[in-house]
Amino acid sequence: MHHKRTSQWTQQLVFVGPALIFFALIIVVPFILGLYYSFTDWNGVSGEVAWVGLDNYKQILTNDTVFRDSFWFTTKFTVLGVILTNVLGFTLAYFLTKKLKSRNFLRTVFFMPNVIGGLLLGFIWQFIFVKGFAAIGDVTGIPFFNLPWLGTENTAFWAIVIVFVWQTAGYLMVIYISSLNNVPKDILEAAEIDGASRGQVLRSIIIPLIMPAATVCLFLAISWSFKMFDLNLSLTKGGPFGSTESVAMNIYNEAFSKNRYGLGTAKAIIFFIIVAVITTLQVKLTKSKEVEA
Amino acid sequence: MDITKNSRTGLAITEIIMLLVALLFLVPFYFLFVNSVKSFGDLLTNAASLPKSIEWGNYARAFEITKFPTAFINSFVITVVSNVLLVLVSAMAAYRMVRQNTAFNRILFVIFVAAMVVPFQSIMIPLVKVTSTVGLMNSIPGLVVCYLGFGIPMSVFLLHGFVKSIPLEIEEAATVDGTNTYGVFFRIVLPLMKPMLVTVFILNALWIWNDYLLPSLMLQSPELRTIPIATFAFFGQYTKQWDLALPALVMGVLPIIIFFLMMQKYIIEGITQGAVKG
Repeated sequence: MHHKRTSQWTQQLVFVGPALIFFALIIVVPFILGLYYSFTDWNGVSGEVAWVGLDNYKQILTNDTVFRDSFWFTTKFTVLGVILTNVLGFTLAYFLTKKLKSRNFLRTVFFMPNVIGGLLLGFIWQFIFVKGFAAIGDVTGIPFFNLPWLGTENTAFWAIVIVFVWQTAGYLMVIYISSLNNVPKDILEAAEIDGASRGQVLRSIIIPLIMPAATVCLFLAISWSFKMFDLNLSLTKGGPFGSTESVAMNIYNEAFSKNRYGLGTAKAIIFFIIVAVITTLQVKLTKSKEVEA
Repeated sequence: MDITKNSRTGLAITEIIMLLVALLFLVPFYFLFVNSVKSFGDLLTNAASLPKSIEWGNYARAFEITKFPTAFINSFVITVVSNVLLVLVSAMAAYRMVRQNTAFNRILFVIFVAAMVVPFQSIMIPLVKVTSTVGLMNSIPGLVVCYLGFGIPMSVFLLHGFVKSIPLEIEEAATVDGTNTYGVFFRIVLPLMKPMLVTVFILNALWIWNDYLLPSLMLQSPELRTIPIATFAFFGQYTKQWDLALPALVMGVLPIIIFFLMMQKYIIEGITQGAVKG
């Protein structure tokens, strides 16, 4: 009996131990330390860390206009990014579940941008906005291409939106395709026989039945756009004049460029709370709209 | 008869429209590849045209400046080693957590799932402190340890769901035949988990290969640079030198595009499975 209990202990240690150790060291400990540092004036270098209470939080919430601007930018970007990626992803999926000859080729093309990391994509698109668009503009004379794409606040915002949508719509498309394939054919046929129009079928049958996929896709799109960093860094570096600085980049700059680690960790905690609250609410909300076939 | 004809024309029109959209999706790649072999002058005059002459010399110089082979090997080693360990460690934990449904294991599972909503930016600042305290800074093994920590919640979560679907009878039969727990896991369960292990491997491989922020915080030495880090460093140094930058970018994206085209089926399946579980 005693021997058996020891071997259970050993087994638990061998099987779960490594995962637990890495998880604790890399996520739990920094998270708790972060909570602590957010109440201090730590500068990241010195050993002296003074407790400042809620000062960091007060400063961020009341007079940090740069943080407020980055938060506003991220919110606008998230709203547009989530809507556009999901609409495009779903539209592509809707047509790619029809019997097209080039279906497999099309899926490959639409998904491909997603395998390239955001950092490299940002640099590639920097060239396209600066040189490529200008060249198209010269040839075609369409004013859209001759805009100073990365030069003004408004166009730079749209530039990031365009690249983000191009990058992520294909991923959401894959999820929507698998969900559309699971919509029972007999229900669709029955609706057709009853004389429902394509729009009616889409609205009243297809969309309610793919809500589980929508839950996942909205969750992914929200967390990706809210956490955007790589693309932002390589495409605009937050410019012009800090107008496209995302919250993630603002936190990074606070800590690693300005050496205000205490303030940075407080921002990071606020960021975590916002991401957690928004995604939880969204999942709850869309899950309540899910129906069974 | 009329209806089928109608829908066939409809299908053909849809097909043409979709091919045009696909072309639009491919335009950035056209710009990237075509301009990467142009001379600097040619590139500045017209970025949309085909090259006047093909300059492979751009590639040779970019290859040298970015120290491409080193960056490639670093990225490759980090991705493969992190992933093999991640899959193994997560599979063992997931297996045990399903089969020994103790209160401890249940709470641990909830914590793993909850940790998935923690954004990287929320822990990166103290993470730098923790990793330098325990001596993981500026080393590839140190970075691998970080990827293990970050990858475990999602990997355990996916594998946990899969283990539940494995029938217990097979394991019981093996136990009756005298196989111990470790034998059951390594010789019976692990091979049965293969489809999900592949999924987890691929999802993590794409993420780790493309990751910029974590290696940029962890690796300072130039000889430890991964592809994203080398590319970023290159852009800091050669701003607007597009005749060198574009070949560097092509070399940066080519490995992952080739990987994608080869593993396409598994990648698409992996995303679908990952999404259903998530």
